[in-house]
Amino acid sequence: MTTLLPPKFGPYGGQFVPETLMPALIELEAAFVSARSDPAFQAEFDRLMASYVGRPTPLTHARRLSEQLGGAQIYLKREDLAHTGAHKINNALGQALLVKRMGKRRIVAETGAGQHGVASATVASLMGLDCVVYMGVVDIARQEPNVFRMKLLGAEVRPVTSGTQTLKDAINEAIRDWVTNVADTHYLLGSALGPHPYPTLVREFQSVIGREAREQMLREAGRLPDTVIACVGGGSNAIGVFSGFMNDDSVELIGVEAGGSGIGTGKHAARFGDPQKGRVGVIHGTRTYVLQDEDGQIAETHSVSAGLDYAAVGPEHARMRDLERAFYTSATDAEALDAFQTLCRVEGIIPALESSHAVAEALKRAPKMGKDQVILVNLSGRGDKDLNTVIGEMQKSGTRI
Amino acid sequence: MNRIGSAFKNSPIFMPYFPLGYPDLDTSINVIEALARNGADLIEVGLSFSDPLADGPVIQRATQVALEKGITVRKSLAAVAELRRRGLELPLILMGYYNPILAYGPEKFVREAWAAGADGFIIPDLPVEESGEFSAALIGADGRPPLPLIQMLAPTTPNERMETIARRARGFIYLVAVTGVTGERSSLSEGLSELIGRVREHTSAPVCVGFGISTPEQAKQVGALADGVIVGSACVKAIGESENPVEAAAGFASGFRAALPGG
Repeated sequence: MTTLLPPKFGPYGGQFVPETLMPALIELEAAFVSARSDPAFQAEFDRLMASYVGRPTPLTHARRLSEQLGGAQIYLKREDLAHTGAHKINNALGQALLVKRMGKRRIVAETGAGQHGVASATVASLMGLDCVVYMGVVDIARQEPNVFRMKLLGAEVRPVTSGTQTLKDAINEAIRDWVTNVADTHYLLGSALGPHPYPTLVREFQSVIGREAREQMLREAGRLPDTVIACVGGGSNAIGVFSGFMNDDSVELIGVEAGGSGIGTGKHAARFGDPQKGRVGVIHGTRTYVLQDEDGQIAETHSVSAGLDYAAVGPEHARMRDLERAFYTSATDAEALDAFQTLCRVEGIIPALESSHAVAEALKRAPKMGKDQVILVNLSGRGDKDLNTVIGEMQKSGTRI
Repeated sequence: MNRIGSAFKNSPIFMPYFPLGYPDLDTSINVIEALARNGADLIEVGLSFSDPLADGPVIQRATQVALEKGITVRKSLAAVAELRRRGLELPLILMGYYNPILAYGPEKFVREAWAAGADGFIIPDLPVEESGEFSAALIGADGRPPLPLIQMLAPTTPNERMETIARRARGFIYLVAVTGVTGERSSLSEGLSELIGRVREHTSAPVCVGFGISTPEQAKQVGALADGVIVGSACVKAIGESENPVEAAAGFASGFRAALPGG
């Protein structure tokens, strides 16, 4: 039994799922492959990306921030300005079109920060699909506005109380629902994770970020960036922006994981950053770097940003790291919160806490670079959903608002 | 003849599942012994994993308790050895998700499982596409016979795929009776008879049916069609909720055994 597309990225990826789901993955792959070469599908996708999502999203030269840091010029790819406020809509829209193509009528999705849940609820509403979103109760508490948005959009939000009650457990529940209702249900997976063909399919639908950004850099800055920075939870926004620069050897690609309270504290979600707990394993259908204990039990993770609070990383990132095509670092909660406030004050942009991790890395690098050098940051989402969290954290640390 | 082959001489066989370490390690060993001595023909011995995505709430909860009580792969293998020391002769199949096995090392895991007295493996998140690495570890060595990785089939498996999987079948086929996760169901799926017929077209291996079988009456119905009846969640629930788990295990096994032919 062979797949139509390569199911692995070197030793990573694959299809580690119960037999019940294998036929659904085979069907999905076939639908994806035929859609990809169907001009009508592409035209419909492009039309909705322009008229509904609002693409292309702008590229913003962060002039004041660059000036203050006194080094590299920082450019922001504004995925926060896409409809629903994050890059998640690109993938949700692409998969929803596949759902229509497969003749299914119901989608299930997982969500951590709520951005993918909102994107899924949105496309379900747009296309007349039933939508159930699984969300850990811990995340429901910290991302309340997004829960309301999903409900307003007509989705059912099912609280997940098993395990750690975060994204990992929401994925477990979404998969259990999918196994049970696979005949009429599609699992709208939100990141470049899970079993083949998801990592490939999600990259494809997110690659619009990198394609646009490359063109915009050439047009507006007259050159390619020296460095591209993106945050990495599952890694879909990162793979999307990286894909545009994959063949530009001069462009350094940097992924930023959630450093949480610091790698040394054990409270983080840095799969690559913690050589002790971050080892190759199998979770949610894919083989990749996973935070786990000595006995192969998946570890609890921590991040101030729900969207990065996940024990595994997309398999293609593991491959790119092995090949040294991309490099991975981490930003702590404190660094991300600091970057969040900086971008608010200096550029008038409220970034998502996830994206603030990428901004934090830019704040570290820019001063050490020359004024003629360029950093591109993928600003994957906007931070309105995070205001409660940020206010709480600022009060905790005694910062005046 | 190996233990699995011997067990199927009198089919349909009764195959309960129970996780090691639940409600604690000692009790789980006593429970499995009681199941064996009161009518179980083969036991699926559960290894716990933090993210059991093919399992429903009952087994999720039980394996989570087992993990909280400190169960590990190493302790589970030692428990299998203890069951053999107590004189159990029936086949013991280890059922667990792949990541803990991968972390332990597939080759080391198979070697030590064999030495402890296990007869085969069921790994629900290892479809044929991904079983190469583990299958390599199963190849016989140092006097060890090649142990079987039990192949699973589902109602969603198309015929052509079924044929490919069934061709690899060793020991027996685990047929998932319903599209879903483990857990009790009030009624059996309607197309079961046809599904079993479809499987038998592709293999002469014994076909055992699991997922959703909750009562002796349902077991009797399935036993009339299949070579084995697998009971997981109902078994874990009945025993886990009891004040005296070992006694409950004995009663549970004899009740199901009596409902099946030859019982």
